[in-house]
Amino acid sequence: MPPLVFAFLAALAIIASLGVILQRNPVHCVLSFALALTDIGVLFMGLGAVTVGFLQIVVYVGAIMVLFLFVIWLLNTQADALKPRGNLGIKFAGAIGAAVLAAELFVTFSSYPRMREIRTMPPDFGSIASVARMLFSDYLVAFEVTSLLLLASIVGAIALARTTTGAASPALPVTGGGDAPAGAPGASIASGAPARESA
Amino acid sequence: MTPISYFMALSAILFAIGVAGVMIRRNVIVMFLSIELMLNAVNLAFVALGRRMGSMDGQVIVFFVITVAAAEAAVGLALIVAVFRNRETVNADELNLLRW
Amino acid sequence: MTIELLIGAIKAIVIVVLVLGLTTMMLWFERKGSALIQDRIGANRADIFGIGKRLGLPNFGFINTVLADPIKMFTKEDFVPDGADRALHALAPFLALFPVIITFAVAPMGDILRIGRYNIDLQPANLNVAALYVLATIGIGVYGIALGGWASNNRWAMLGAIRASAQMISYEIAMGLAIIAVVVTYGTLDLQAMCRIQGGVWFGWLPRWGILLQPVSFVMLLIAGMAESKRVPFDLPEGESELVAGYFTEYSGGKQAVFMMTDFAEVLLVAVLITTFFFGGWQVPWLYRDGFHFPGGAHLLMPNLIVALLEFVAFWVKVVIFSCFQILIRWTLPRLRYDQLMRLGWKGLVPLGLINLVVTAFVVVVAGGK
Repeated sequence: MPPLVFAFLAALAIIASLGVILQRNPVHCVLSFALALTDIGVLFMGLGAVTVGFLQIVVYVGAIMVLFLFVIWLLNTQADALKPRGNLGIKFAGAIGAAVLAAELFVTFSSYPRMREIRTMPPDFGSIASVARMLFSDYLVAFEVTSLLLLASIVGAIALARTTTGAASPALPVTGGGDAPAGAPGASIASGAPARESA
Repeated sequence: MTPISYFMALSAILFAIGVAGVMIRRNVIVMFLSIELMLNAVNLAFVALGRRMGSMDGQVIVFFVITVAAAEAAVGLALIVAVFRNRETVNADELNLLRW
Repeated sequence: MTIELLIGAIKAIVIVVLVLGLTTMMLWFERKGSALIQDRIGANRADIFGIGKRLGLPNFGFINTVLADPIKMFTKEDFVPDGADRALHALAPFLALFPVIITFAVAPMGDILRIGRYNIDLQPANLNVAALYVLATIGIGVYGIALGGWASNNRWAMLGAIRASAQMISYEIAMGLAIIAVVVTYGTLDLQAMCRIQGGVWFGWLPRWGILLQPVSFVMLLIAGMAESKRVPFDLPEGESELVAGYFTEYSGGKQAVFMMTDFAEVLLVAVLITTFFFGGWQVPWLYRDGFHFPGGAHLLMPNLIVALLEFVAFWVKVVIFSCFQILIRWTLPRLRYDQLMRLGWKGLVPLGLINLVVTAFVVVVAGGK
């Protein structure tokens, strides 16, 4: 990918990531992260991994970040500004430690002889057909185990987050939601949201 | 075109920003976001190196990392919701029942 | 190189202008069509200096919808409610509209147009993973709605936003399954290639359109598409009789106009998808690249320009027909209750989509790729 495009995308990714860790309001953090994820997805596409780039946008930005937003609303988290400052010592040490880590990794990676891209990629590099071919041949066991993992996570999330007492406040006219989506907050929006609103 | 080491450097910076986020922020949800940022930095490194080696393995591994991250996000957020119901807080400093 | 860029820019401008223009036309069709269905007259007053009345022409409400209402909407006071998040309140409408408009970049408007020595493929962006791109942008569309409700600092808007986002992500799954079944049938993700595959005839006279191969997917995509764009019978998030206006209660003026435009642009988008996947896209029955070849044996050879123009017009005619069909459904069916809506999405469409996918895959493998 042309250096200028890479510079722009890299700067945007770094600014968005700094926005994730530095902003007060959790919703702003989630939006910043969605921007950073889209940026990384575009970087994937620039590296020839078109399928994985679009999958990143579909799965991460389109589903996981929406899940985060739902949870933040469900918990009705306030902005951190009103909380006590916390242990400043750990925060300071953490920032310094992260900067040292960044510098160390940076030096390590930059000291390799400059890795040039291999210009000639097969025409279907990164296409969905080649990804699928590898998934169903070399990585078949991992593929099947991943499907079991997803099933386990669905069952686990519902088991962890559902309310066993069935408490529902009459404050908001939210219908019981006969079949909520199989994500964590969906199973309890009806009871969680009114409880938070009236608190 | 851009050398692959530039992508690796970007991945390193994003990873370090994620680490800083986990240390600095005390809101459990933002800490979780920083962990996801670290995962994405590693994804970028995988794809960049896969491109350098000319093999598709990098992308397939990223496929699995994205899937596992989705599963882990669901369970992690369910945990946060359950903890919030019991302790009424999402500040990591106040979740200190197991501390000495 | 610059000529290629210029051609690309012209295609992009053409499709954006067409989409925005057709959105306005659909708005007009909705007003007058609903008036016809409900046995009333609808808007027929606005006129420019009484020209129409002086000429004796009946007023069809064009000036009203195309000129008066947009001027009214964009010159209204634009307020942000007290305590609301100003930045997100301003960002939400555009975050809702942007993914819908950029999805049109892969709409296959026509076949190849030959001008001089340039073969112009009448598709603004030729992605070979276009179906995946469509799914990605539809997924991003959730953000505008969700943030619009949250940034309003209004309990009812928030409720509408939660309902709307839950509905959208539920029906995204049904839509994805319908699209996957279509992709398995055609063997490609590229929308232009799908349109080309639907050329030709079976038994000498029946056009090879996708509706005959995947009727179940067609129904699923229609239902899921209407649920995605939150049209009646799935418009509980807008809940005109319950939640005032749901997630865009606190929006006025230009921002509300943008939300309305999103609604109609999504209607057009669903129509484009249905046309491309199931009705041959720009294919006119029995029209090939060099002219008409009728089943009786008659031929009508035509130059490339006429063929391309016919196919371009055919595509947009089909899109308009399906948009009008969705608008008619809106004014005919009553609204679904929220739990009925969720039950339809998860317990009805998802199993149906999975069964359809398995059967499709089986048939494709056994038949050896039709």
